[in-house]
Amino acid sequence: METKAAIELKNITKTFGSVVANKDVNLTVNRGEILSILGENGSGKTTLMNMISGIYFPDHGQIFIDGEEVVIRSPKDAFDYKIGMIHQHFKLVDVFTATENIILGLKEGGKYDIKQAAKSIKEIADKYTFDIDPLKKIHEMSVSEKQTVEIIKVLYRGADILILDEPTAVLTPQETQKLFNVLRRMRDDGKAIIIITHKLHEVLSLSDRVAVLRKGEYIGTVETASTSESELTEMMVGKKISLNIERSEPQNPQDRLVVTDLECINREGVKVLDDITFTARSGEILGIAGIAGSGQRELLEAVAGLQKVQFGSIVYNDPKTGKEENLKDKTPLQIRELGVRLSFVPEDRLGMGLVGNMDIVDNMMLRSYRKGKSVFLERKAPKDLAEHIIEDLEVVTPGANTPVRRLSGGNVQKVLVGREIAASPTVLMAAYPVRGLDINSSYTIYNLLNEQKKKGVAVIFVGEDLDVLIELCDRIMVIGSGRITGIVDGRTATKEEIGLLMTKSKEGEHND
Amino acid sequence: MSFALIIAFIQQSIRLSSTLLLGSTGEILTEKSGNLNLGTPGIMASGAISGIIGAYFYTKSSLPFNPLISVLITMLCCIVGALLVSLIYCFLTITLKTNQNVTGLALTTFGVGMSNFVGSLINSQMGGTGIAAFPEIGKAYRAALPFADKLGVFGEIFFSYGFMTYLAIVIAVAAGMIITKTRIGLNLRAVGENPATADAAGINVGRYKYFATCIGGIISGLGGLCYVMDFAAANWQNNILDQFGWLAVALVIFAVWKPNMAIIGSIIFGALYVVGSFLPSLTTKDQKLLEILPYVVTIVVLVIISMRNKKENQPPESLGMSYFREER
Repeated sequence: METKAAIELKNITKTFGSVVANKDVNLTVNRGEILSILGENGSGKTTLMNMISGIYFPDHGQIFIDGEEVVIRSPKDAFDYKIGMIHQHFKLVDVFTATENIILGLKEGGKYDIKQAAKSIKEIADKYTFDIDPLKKIHEMSVSEKQTVEIIKVLYRGADILILDEPTAVLTPQETQKLFNVLRRMRDDGKAIIIITHKLHEVLSLSDRVAVLRKGEYIGTVETASTSESELTEMMVGKKISLNIERSEPQNPQDRLVVTDLECINREGVKVLDDITFTARSGEILGIAGIAGSGQRELLEAVAGLQKVQFGSIVYNDPKTGKEENLKDKTPLQIRELGVRLSFVPEDRLGMGLVGNMDIVDNMMLRSYRKGKSVFLERKAPKDLAEHIIEDLEVVTPGANTPVRRLSGGNVQKVLVGREIAASPTVLMAAYPVRGLDINSSYTIYNLLNEQKKKGVAVIFVGEDLDVLIELCDRIMVIGSGRITGIVDGRTATKEEIGLLMTKSKEGEHND
Repeated sequence: MSFALIIAFIQQSIRLSSTLLLGSTGEILTEKSGNLNLGTPGIMASGAISGIIGAYFYTKSSLPFNPLISVLITMLCCIVGALLVSLIYCFLTITLKTNQNVTGLALTTFGVGMSNFVGSLINSQMGGTGIAAFPEIGKAYRAALPFADKLGVFGEIFFSYGFMTYLAIVIAVAAGMIITKTRIGLNLRAVGENPATADAAGINVGRYKYFATCIGGIISGLGGLCYVMDFAAANWQNNILDQFGWLAVALVIFAVWKPNMAIIGSIIFGALYVVGSFLPSLTTKDQKLLEILPYVVTIVVLVIISMRNKKENQPPESLGMSYFREER
């Protein structure tokens, strides 16, 4: 079969102020092909795709579609060239139904007919074997259903060039397989598909070719069949890095946190945690796996004193005094005053972890502002800490006084994790600390967690990537619908085993 | 209360409700686009005083008086006045992306103050009696349908009002249809709920916000005109419209952002507001106490909708927030 270039980028450059997001990028995608775009955090993958889909406009360079030069000034122009983008953060209106979201912004001739639209949506869904209820409201949907709506939205507009930004970040292994099957079917249908992902094994199993970006520059495109994980990593990072997480045997584990029969009810009156019993030991990493929204967040918040606990106990064994303290019904401040040190890296980094408009030094002070003796703030220590973190964790920032909001995702996360670790905790809880991070930053974070483990800290790690959980954690606890569906040994567990536990809501009961 | 008094009470409630209904229908359209326009009281006052300006120059001119022309001129002036003030709000909050609350409150202060100034000016030009009055124009606005008095009680309750009352209901019903049943309405709601999504779907967010806010402002402005010309029979009084402006804003919440609900709500609000003057042997103090009832009802409604916590009854998600596209 003759390959035809669907879209071709030539010397694309985009700058934000003094930051160069993309520099002279050249890229080609053919019809009937899946192209992966790989790159470190902040390497400009999303910016590049946003230029194709009309969100940003390039400073220099040309875009060709089917061999003809085009100018894409707005998302509308992109639709006209049949380009559809599925964003990492879903662009859906919560109170609308699937159908309303899909036809949003369309200027079809004729009557506004929602029933007819629902019917054509069903047809598209059947063609590619999607599972969808066109009249369901978005806020009642699971993450995977929302993603389905996003994909159908671009197909409904007749897109034949699809761009997916980190589509598997929030899916279970089973859902990921389902998505990949759909994508392969679209490829065979002659569509051009671009997929942005950090997960190397997905790149290798799904795509036909891989394009690599590094720090905004285009490094090269390789055939997937003739490459390997280590070659791709080297292209991305510019140097060889070891992809093996070193897992040491836990040294002298002691029960640090004993949670028994924990039960929590959220503000809507729904039971979000039920019958949770587990032990976190010092010198050990306890992984928590589960579909997003199964109660991971509530569990960590309950331990941190942010979520009200209806029933059960959270007993902390103080390593210094040997005393037992029950953390239930204590405020975060009380928990700290008791000498219990919990460091919490929330899912929503900028929302709960850091203040976006404040600089790095001020964000350090959020933890230490009580320490000063005079009425004025003590600035010296936090400034030293900020500089220390910037140096040790290689945070890319113009300076310690840059608002955190301006940093890229990976650098924000490094600042947050660095601050939490600096409090030298005895229990370190991290929820999705590598969400949206590239390989290099991710491994920096894994190494930090491992270091803490060696120091005898009880680490609780909520993760999404099962491969990483299996490599990093000593034990993995799986949560489904607010209940523990199993605790497995990280050394012997398989991905399939955990995947099955994730979709199990109660013992012996499956919901697909 | 005697029967006639009850009829009069109903009539007065409905007369006042038209002002509130127009005011809040305009604000609903505006809020659906994500703009929380707290300048509504100012816009209503501006619309009303623009109508009065038109009335003043029309009656001063040597043209022979024609009721229809007087209505058209005052309405046109009102539309232009309300549009100009709405455009100030749009330019500041949409183009310059200023804080909507601050801008809205500033516009209210500006609109009310400006209308007081112009009102006093016209009053002094007209002999300084304290009231600028245009009785013929008031009569034109209040002209009931010709068959109203032939239908007895039924006619008195349903057909005894000036055309603005029916116009208000037609506008509210039409606005409700547009919001829920058309493509434009779908796009508009998307802009108010999630402008980034609307933008990515190819909707011109700025244009929708401008149009919704300006058309909403014009409708609110007509509400102000309706009060002055119909309810007050073309008598201008300073400092009277801002309270109805705030009632209209409260009514938006009461009606959970649905124009059809606003029709019912406006009658309830109107009734609560005027009931004091129909209850015998009430002191001014007690009447003033009764006038706060609509606000109390609004607070109760807020409590109820927040307790029921139904997503469809919440305000548009990005209400009050400016939309920046290239923010990272």
